[in-house]
Amino acid sequence: MKPVETADQAKQDTSYYNALAELLYQLADDDFIISFRGSEWLGLAPHIEADVAYSSITQNTMGHAFLYYQLLEELGEGEIDTLAHERPPENRRNAVYFEKRNGDGSYLEEPYYDWALTVVRQFLYETMKKVKLEALATSSFEPLANTAQKVLMEQPYHLAHWKMWIAQLQESTEEAQTKIQLRLEEAWKECKDVLELGPKAKEMEQYRLIAGEDFLKKQWLKEVEATIKTPPSQPLDKKFGSGRDGEHTVDLEQALQTLAEVYDSDRNAVW
Amino acid sequence: MNDEQKHEEIHAILKTVDDPELPSVSVVDLGMVHEVTIDQSKVSITMVPTFAGCPALDFIEKNVKSAVGNIDWVEDCLVAFSFQKKWSTDAITDEGKEQLKKHGVSPPPENYRPGEEWSVNCPYCGSAFTSMENVFGPTACRSILYCGSCKNPFEAMKPVVNYSIVY
Repeated sequence: MKPVETADQAKQDTSYYNALAELLYQLADDDFIISFRGSEWLGLAPHIEADVAYSSITQNTMGHAFLYYQLLEELGEGEIDTLAHERPPENRRNAVYFEKRNGDGSYLEEPYYDWALTVVRQFLYETMKKVKLEALATSSFEPLANTAQKVLMEQPYHLAHWKMWIAQLQESTEEAQTKIQLRLEEAWKECKDVLELGPKAKEMEQYRLIAGEDFLKKQWLKEVEATIKTPPSQPLDKKFGSGRDGEHTVDLEQALQTLAEVYDSDRNAVW
Repeated sequence: MNDEQKHEEIHAILKTVDDPELPSVSVVDLGMVHEVTIDQSKVSITMVPTFAGCPALDFIEKNVKSAVGNIDWVEDCLVAFSFQKKWSTDAITDEGKEQLKKHGVSPPPENYRPGEEWSVNCPYCGSAFTSMENVFGPTACRSILYCGSCKNPFEAMKPVVNYSIVY
């Protein structure tokens, strides 16, 4: 199929438009929610260099979410701020695993967050992101392909960072190894929707917006298994449902409430 | 005033617009200005961001608009960031590299190969006896290093990974 060069061209075909918008929501919401969970670690990472690195990655990732919301705005889906702050949980398309709380407690009081969860999740997320970006780099929607190519120039730094963390913890003390392994086993039970493309998966593939689910999953598993020592043996599952279908947990509500607190207090504020 | 003179004037004004995170280094010298088109009193500027996730882009756009808008013959100035053209570290001018060093920031390494470790010389004393402290720094496009010769911490601009996937 011929490349689609602009938002206006994409609007000519309703079926194409719907598949494209659905895909952009997934990409935007994934980067958005993972950045929020990342921002909750500010000042709490194990040491100062890890804190600087994680904050920098998180800020850049939020910038990537902005790019996808911008593409949605250009398609006529609404303003960026509205898309980021005002959509109710059932309209969100991020994978459920990415909205999971960092641990017990809250940021402002007693944050008992779990670094093993974070290292495992960030590694799985960045690996997904790489696989998807490589597939998006030849997307039939050119503005998306250009965005993906640009993000691919920055994202290898993010992936390398979390690969280093997981590789080092796997070679560390028995306690570290156990913690990482438990979080991997947990991820396998929850993260299947990370590799899914939702109800419009077929159209996305047919219109060459992105590669198909099976291919993405195969690539992801190959990359993940090259780094983790003992991949869980059970098949991937999604015990909290699929975020791609709008299914979410209370953790997402907590995240969205916190995220939109300032925005909701004065919607006309400029900063 | 003919178009050539207009272009020269725009260029001179853009040389005064600094990156908000790197005072004294202009957006021109950072290689962020891709194309300027002039149609009578209308100016369109296409810019290339260093890092797409950079939160300073809004400020840069605002500063470019207001600087160009101050030229008396300009009635309208459009600024757009494009990802079609990729920013590369080669786009930084020699003057830009010198200005970066004065600011305590080394220009990115040349001939960087993705996946390999990289090093740069100290922006203060020029020594190659430097070590990487943190690939991540105060902004997405910078890293933190240390000079073993003059014992100064310094920063360097990260090389972007040249990742080209073609149809």
